[in-house]
Amino acid sequence: MTKEGRKELIVSAIQNGTVIDHIPAHAVIRVMRILGLDQCPQQVLFGINLDSRKYGKKGLIKVQDKFFDSLEINKISLVAPTATLIEIRDFEVVVKKHVEIPETVEGFIKCFNPKCITNHEQIITRFAVIDKTDLKLHCHYCEKITKKENVVFI
Amino acid sequence: MKNRSLVSITDFTKDEYLQLLDLAVRFENNPIQKILEGYVVATLFFEPSTRTRLSFESAVNRLGGKIIGFSDAAMSSTSKGESLMDTIRTVSNYSDLIVMRHPIEGSARWASEVASVPIINAGDGANQHPTQCLLDLYTILQTQGSLENLNVAFVGDLKYGRTVHSNVIALTHFNTTFHLVSPEELKLPSSVKMHIKNNNLNYYQYTDINEVISKVDILYMTRIQKERFSDVLEYERVKNSYILHNKMLENSRNNLKILHPLPRVNEINVDVDNNPKAYYFEQALNGVYVRQALIASILGLA
Repeated sequence: MTKEGRKELIVSAIQNGTVIDHIPAHAVIRVMRILGLDQCPQQVLFGINLDSRKYGKKGLIKVQDKFFDSLEINKISLVAPTATLIEIRDFEVVVKKHVEIPETVEGFIKCFNPKCITNHEQIITRFAVIDKTDLKLHCHYCEKITKKENVVFI
Repeated sequence: MKNRSLVSITDFTKDEYLQLLDLAVRFENNPIQKILEGYVVATLFFEPSTRTRLSFESAVNRLGGKIIGFSDAAMSSTSKGESLMDTIRTVSNYSDLIVMRHPIEGSARWASEVASVPIINAGDGANQHPTQCLLDLYTILQTQGSLENLNVAFVGDLKYGRTVHSNVIALTHFNTTFHLVSPEELKLPSSVKMHIKNNNLNYYQYTDINEVISKVDILYMTRIQKERFSDVLEYERVKNSYILHNKMLENSRNNLKILHPLPRVNEINVDVDNNPKAYYFEQALNGVYVRQALIASILGLA
């Protein structure tokens, strides 16, 4: 078996579906949870700590027969800003693009302010992203800013 | 403005605020009317208040409306663990408008999303207090003749002072120059300064109140609270530096007015009260007219 062949066995090709590549190794499970891949019926493969020329180590997810719209996929940008979205149809790459940080974030991030109503009653959190480079999330309810270092996932 | 809630100072446009201030003048000239006859306004105060609650109640009573509500969360089923959502949904059925004050930030915004009647935020934790801001603007307009191009100083607790935050944000619509006086620990938060910068306006920061007195048209005093300081010794060091005495006003402008949202503790010495530039009690009275204008607009009666 050639070295090339052995590489192929580690990450097999899919016919139709989505590959999310260049995920920071520690964020793979989080990304799957955000996209609901821990509960979807499609075949899902994931790899953690794979070798990456660009990043040293990376994570990767492959989902058979499932495609995501930008709104959904951009959610993962908050944990995996380096991620690449690849759409495959008939073994051919038809879309390849970076995820982008969205304008609003709903539901999966906790408000940092312990005195925010979202931390006292059952309310879905909502934030406006007011700074994409140095992540700042403005809470729709308490109006306080949750910064990148204080981001906690629900 | 009909049927719209007022939760944050950013909810209404500059023009809408100017309309409200105009309307408030008419109510000041004629505060006793019957336009709210048949209407029920709920005042839900989960937290203490003198001025805000009573001025809302006075506003409604003088317009012929009726009040229901509570002035302490312990007097409601909140003490049994009832959620805010359930409380609001219930009270929506008994009233045409809800005025609420609650210690948790974002509570009024949430209430406005679950209520079937409009909500007026009378203060949500350290976040917003938009009606105070409105009456402050009304007072500034009343005493300065215009809201444009003023030099306004905010003194004291600029970090947690929600009235300061709302006023700064509102004044950015009027080409104001801001003079911010506070201890280092209590500076204006960057999220509020962002509004100043976004409108290409200037702010200057000081730790000594004496530096600003001769420069400004409005001196807005706020209370410095001991419990806000992580270092008690720091509080002891600064607590007397932000007290206004009458003699400090010697070089102030003729048109200067001293405002304070009240209650005051010691930050404005009583020797200031007889100075014609002291305007804090008139400011509180303006609250009735502004709230009348707001309630009438939201209920579509003006």
